[in-house]
Amino acid sequence: MSSVKLNTEVLNTELDLSKIKPYGDTMNDGKVQLSFTLPIVDDEKGMETAKELGKKMGLKDVGVVHHKPLDKGFTFYVVYGTVEHTVDYNKIEVEVLDINVMSMKETNEYIKENIKRKVVMIGASTGTDAHTVGIDAIMNMKGFAGHYGLERYEMIEAYNLGSQVPNEEFIKKAIELKADVLLVSQTVTQKDVHIANLTNLVELLEAEGIRDKVILIMGGPRISQELAKELGYDGGFGIGKFADDIATFAVTEIVERKLT
Amino acid sequence: MNSKLNLNLKLVDESREIAKKIAEDTQLFIEKHTTVSTERTICRLLGIDGVDEFEVPLPNVIVDNVMEKGGLSVGLATYIGNAIVQLGLTPNEIAKKVSKGELDLTTMELADEMDIKLAVEKVAKETVEKIKANRGKRESYLNEFGDKEGPYLYVIVATGNIYEDITQAKAAARQGADIIAVIRTTGQSLLDYVPYGATTEGFGGTYATQENFRLMREALDEVGEEEKRYIRLCNYCSGLCMPEIAAMGATERLDVMLNDALYGILFRDINMKRTLVDQYFSRVINGFAGVIINTGEDNYLTTADAVEEAYTVLASQFINEQFAVTAGMKEEQMGLGHAFEMDPSLKDGFLLELAQAQMAREIFPKAPLKYMPPTKFKTGDIFKGQIQDTLFNMVTIMTGQKLHLLGMLTEALHTPYMSDRALSIENAQYIFNNMESLGEEITFKKDGMIQNRANSVLKEANDLLKEIDKNGLFKTIEEGKFAGIKRPIDGGKGLEGVVEKGEKYFNPFIRLMLEEVK
Repeated sequence: MSSVKLNTEVLNTELDLSKIKPYGDTMNDGKVQLSFTLPIVDDEKGMETAKELGKKMGLKDVGVVHHKPLDKGFTFYVVYGTVEHTVDYNKIEVEVLDINVMSMKETNEYIKENIKRKVVMIGASTGTDAHTVGIDAIMNMKGFAGHYGLERYEMIEAYNLGSQVPNEEFIKKAIELKADVLLVSQTVTQKDVHIANLTNLVELLEAEGIRDKVILIMGGPRISQELAKELGYDGGFGIGKFADDIATFAVTEIVERKLT
Repeated sequence: MNSKLNLNLKLVDESREIAKKIAEDTQLFIEKHTTVSTERTICRLLGIDGVDEFEVPLPNVIVDNVMEKGGLSVGLATYIGNAIVQLGLTPNEIAKKVSKGELDLTTMELADEMDIKLAVEKVAKETVEKIKANRGKRESYLNEFGDKEGPYLYVIVATGNIYEDITQAKAAARQGADIIAVIRTTGQSLLDYVPYGATTEGFGGTYATQENFRLMREALDEVGEEEKRYIRLCNYCSGLCMPEIAAMGATERLDVMLNDALYGILFRDINMKRTLVDQYFSRVINGFAGVIINTGEDNYLTTADAVEEAYTVLASQFINEQFAVTAGMKEEQMGLGHAFEMDPSLKDGFLLELAQAQMAREIFPKAPLKYMPPTKFKTGDIFKGQIQDTLFNMVTIMTGQKLHLLGMLTEALHTPYMSDRALSIENAQYIFNNMESLGEEITFKKDGMIQNRANSVLKEANDLLKEIDKNGLFKTIEEGKFAGIKRPIDGGKGLEGVVEKGEKYFNPFIRLMLEEVK
């Protein structure tokens, strides 16, 4: 750690939301850590290059605390530094689903009271995507991390179609089962393969004339509400969301959009 | 062997016997059938390769041609053998003529049966010799460099571009990886053909093609010679083209193949008849080529709960073992699979993982067990991910797992960066060295949590095997006993490619290869 210079400047240690900086161990110290690989040999020149890169990222007092060759001409660096940039927290606006998440019991009661019939939800990992971990976590009886899956909901009829379901087949099933809610899981996002697939589904639903009649939801580790809106979906759920979040959103949407 | 788990060995023997019976019952069905992929494999092994003007692989062209005319039950060996006798052409020349519409194999008059067989066997023996030479080359490398003691460090490359894969694979090999697996592009398992040539585009992986196999083999031999280590190459012998991939792998000296008897049925919704027939020929080839197969029980645990469903893993290991025996494989080639997939928040979860791994070790003592890392409970918290992998590494070194697929701290985020792989290798090397003899030094408490857990899983597996024996394997899968997934016997993909063998059907390779391994 000898390369990390001691910061001798006097910091303003008051929290200022209009000038947010990272927190290491003191307010406004701006400390960050990052790691990356450069396609160069591991030597003094390489370390200086890593440091220079840190500066260009807006860091000062850059310290290369660890460097290790990964292969001929590839070196891994761990770098610390102080961020000079600040962000005005007050001006940040985000698209979020503003919902009070209901428990399974509350959702069941909500459906009984407001929809007065079972809600049909179908889910699948569509296109070429072979990953079922996400859709299983949301749908399977057992659920995930203590949150029961949709199959467990008394007032939800849940169908998990599994993986690699073509969009055409997915829609066919949706029509056949009179689905109210369509859940699309996408895990593989390399080279944006999911975007093409998700867009294709919306187009097909529109062509079938049923886009407005269903609640369309996407989920996956790289999925956000912002992306959902951009692609014409009703909701997008990423990491840390469970069946309760999705069920709450879906059933309240049904009621709000009068699809009961 | 001294059981640390105080396992009920009678129950182990009984389970193995039941599994044997299950495999033998299923084998009766297998023997009576062939598939389009089995026939394409025979074509490939007879030297048919390349594509037609529409990029359709010649093995597909010729098999589809015969199938359309209702001749598949006769078998491609007969048709090709006949054309060799009648026309004096090589199998590849025959395939080209068929693709140009100049030849219809099914309407040619059949020569004497004996002559046909002799003509085919002559070509078949040449291929068998080539594969044998590949096996010899692997053995000579291993003799020269010695084989790795302890777990093989097994990593994955998955850029989609074979040339980029090579860069990553070489780097990983230099960092200490012993096995390089090239993940296939998403969706390949459902293609009913094998693409041709070197490929540079794939999603989440790279196409398995013979040329890609060859390129990667060459690269790994090169880095292996520099490093004085034999670097094993692994690919995926699953999906609709199981035996074809096995044939390509045998030809290009792959060393390890994912090859499960049930995986395609459960996780890719491939028809069960198709998969069971295909897996047999693929395993005969893998067995003969000296390939270590990896079975896919670990996948059960990504779908079902790793604590509650642990017994299905063991039951499936018993069945996979017996299918492999039927296909002439040695125990040393059976990389039976399982995984470290319990919820990290579980109290004493590590003890349960340890019990499961030790149990597999004791029940299949010579098998190079394949142990898969945590994936299901990986999050974006890469720091915790590194700890999960560390615990997983500890189980491996304490219980002697062999094919150790390295966990990645960035699992669930993206396909590994070069640095992810390096950090993972470093982690495993640290644990394996620092804790090398721990397993030999410790015993488990009599009737303690670990011993009891192993015995209760064994008991449940035994119960399941009895049930499968009663109802048959097909019915068991229909009922969703594995991974909680139900598959109907006539459902799934690829059923149209299964036919009953005709009276004179023959596949020259099964006999030649099985004789060799005996």
